[in-house]
Amino acid sequence: MFPCQSSSRRSCKSRTHSRFIVSSPVTLVAARGEARPAAAARTAKPRRARWAIAAEKTLELIIRLCGISAIIFVLSIFYFVFVKAAPMLVDPGFSISEFLFSTKWYPTSEVNVRYGVFALIVGTFSVTALAMLIAVPFGLGAAIFVSEFCGKRLKEALKITIELLAAIPSVVWGFIGLTVMNKVIIDITGAPVGLNVLNGGLILALMSVPIIVSIGEDALKAVPDSYREAGIALGATKWQLVYKVLLPAAKTGLLAAVLLGVGRAVGETMAVLMATGHAVNIPHSILDSVRTLTATIAAELGETQENSAHYRVLFMIGVLLFSITFAINLTADLIVRGIKKR
Amino acid sequence: MKNHKLQLIGSACVAALICAGQLGCSKSDADSGKGSPGSSGGKTTLQIQGSDTMVNLAQAWAEAYRGVKPDVSIEVGGGGSGVGIAALINGTIEIATSSRDMKKEERAKAQQQSGKEAKEITVGFDCLAIYVHKDNPMNEISIEQLASIYAEGGNLANWSGLGGNVPGCQSGEIIRVSRQSSSGTYEFFREHVLNKKDFKLGSRDMNGSKEVVDLVMHTPCAIGYSGMGYATPEVKMLKVSAKAGAPSYPPNIENAQKKTYPISRPLFLYTLGEPQGAAKEFIQWALSDAGQKIVQETGYVPVPKQQQAKL
Repeated sequence: MFPCQSSSRRSCKSRTHSRFIVSSPVTLVAARGEARPAAAARTAKPRRARWAIAAEKTLELIIRLCGISAIIFVLSIFYFVFVKAAPMLVDPGFSISEFLFSTKWYPTSEVNVRYGVFALIVGTFSVTALAMLIAVPFGLGAAIFVSEFCGKRLKEALKITIELLAAIPSVVWGFIGLTVMNKVIIDITGAPVGLNVLNGGLILALMSVPIIVSIGEDALKAVPDSYREAGIALGATKWQLVYKVLLPAAKTGLLAAVLLGVGRAVGETMAVLMATGHAVNIPHSILDSVRTLTATIAAELGETQENSAHYRVLFMIGVLLFSITFAINLTADLIVRGIKKR
Repeated sequence: MKNHKLQLIGSACVAALICAGQLGCSKSDADSGKGSPGSSGGKTTLQIQGSDTMVNLAQAWAEAYRGVKPDVSIEVGGGGSGVGIAALINGTIEIATSSRDMKKEERAKAQQQSGKEAKEITVGFDCLAIYVHKDNPMNEISIEQLASIYAEGGNLANWSGLGGNVPGCQSGEIIRVSRQSSSGTYEFFREHVLNKKDFKLGSRDMNGSKEVVDLVMHTPCAIGYSGMGYATPEVKMLKVSAKAGAPSYPPNIENAQKKTYPISRPLFLYTLGEPQGAAKEFIQWALSDAGQKIVQETGYVPVPKQQQAKL
């Protein structure tokens, strides 16, 4: 009853809406003050129950916590992972350069334990790179088609199908890779085994395309229609409009779409565990088997004794993965900033 | 009036959020106490985890046991013998299945954490079968040949080195199919075939016994090892000889019991301390004729009566 009496007519019309926008009594008063200075003087002391103000403050605090929780979670996860891995850094039998640049991964050897993850890093990057090579053109192309070129009915059908593609569990993808794709790849390429970079890359591409499409489409949709109208008014063809106006205008969002796709590909575990062959090996072609960092953690963490060297090294791989994704995100952020400046 | 209502709803939401948070905490506290045989509503739950070789067997037991003792439900998990033994030591399960012996360090750790000694019960035998594609013309292989295929420094990399080409395998390369390192089968193979030497890097390390057979089935160039319970008509099991020139034997019940098959192994159940209550009854049943019949039905070898442990 009260805000309607004293606030402007506009906020009265969309009453429920304004309750969510206006976040605190202070701004409420300030907004009212701007609208009607005389009324502000009269209602300097809001006639609201104390519990109502307290409740609103609490709600605000909770929302604030929700907002910064992401930072808290990321930092605490990093801290936890790092603390588990850290004692290995001062272990005399462990050298960080051997860890990063040796290809010998023998964590459970009875004669000579060696922890070298270079082959696993190369494996992760090769599968991700191939997946992105396939998924980015496909994903962005599909996003442009869905957003700009196709009719309303087809658009709905496509969106539902693409969302369905995103809902397939990764273990199902892995199973398809292990049983169906393995055979197909052997038959078509004549490779000795079908569990390889190609298989993993194809499956990861299929898994990241839905993300790229839906976020890319959102980014294109966010470009104001006035841009399109201006383009058409200048006599641009549909393709020129997309290429010269929409893509530059939506590039930040499109980059975010690609990056989330990369994130999905780097972090994916179960599907690559099954589809890449899980072989410690530096690939010489896309028909070679590899093993990824994530798959190694998934396959080996279950058996390790807590706080053993093997356990700590697996956490070290976690730190490494964390650093890789951080580096990717940072680079992308810098690129976006660079684009904006220009 | 509407606004007051909204405020009420808002504060109710806040209260609900706080309550939910506290409930969540207290619930997880309660959850962390599980480990000892949990009985809820008169139903006892036994948790069994470990060997992938024995997952099918444990599941068949669990199903049949439902008919014997309806008030006991058995949850079966895989992951590899190492995973099961680690879970037993950590106290999250009652019985671990394993296709290898418990190591000294693991026994020491179990003793240290629970104060109880790990108890080992042999419930069956398995021949570690060597699988190849059904088109592969080979019929037998020696332990030495296996070692030079799989071990680090071994020089067998092509099927031509084994005296033959495999139809459908153009490159002639031997595709080594192996297991992940938490697998008891992996450790057994390393100990008894590779003589504790390391595996050659670059083998395809599958995450389950069945995956090994699946991959070999679809890959003409492949060779793999897995429990004989996973045999299908689509793959071929090789006869194995202890030495080149020595007689070779196919993996079967007779050769496992006579110990003529060179890489047969016992299958174990492990408990912390002497098994008690529901776990004891289950293990006694697994060693009975009914339980041992299931061992045979799932493709493994029953334990002769005189070799069975007394419980």
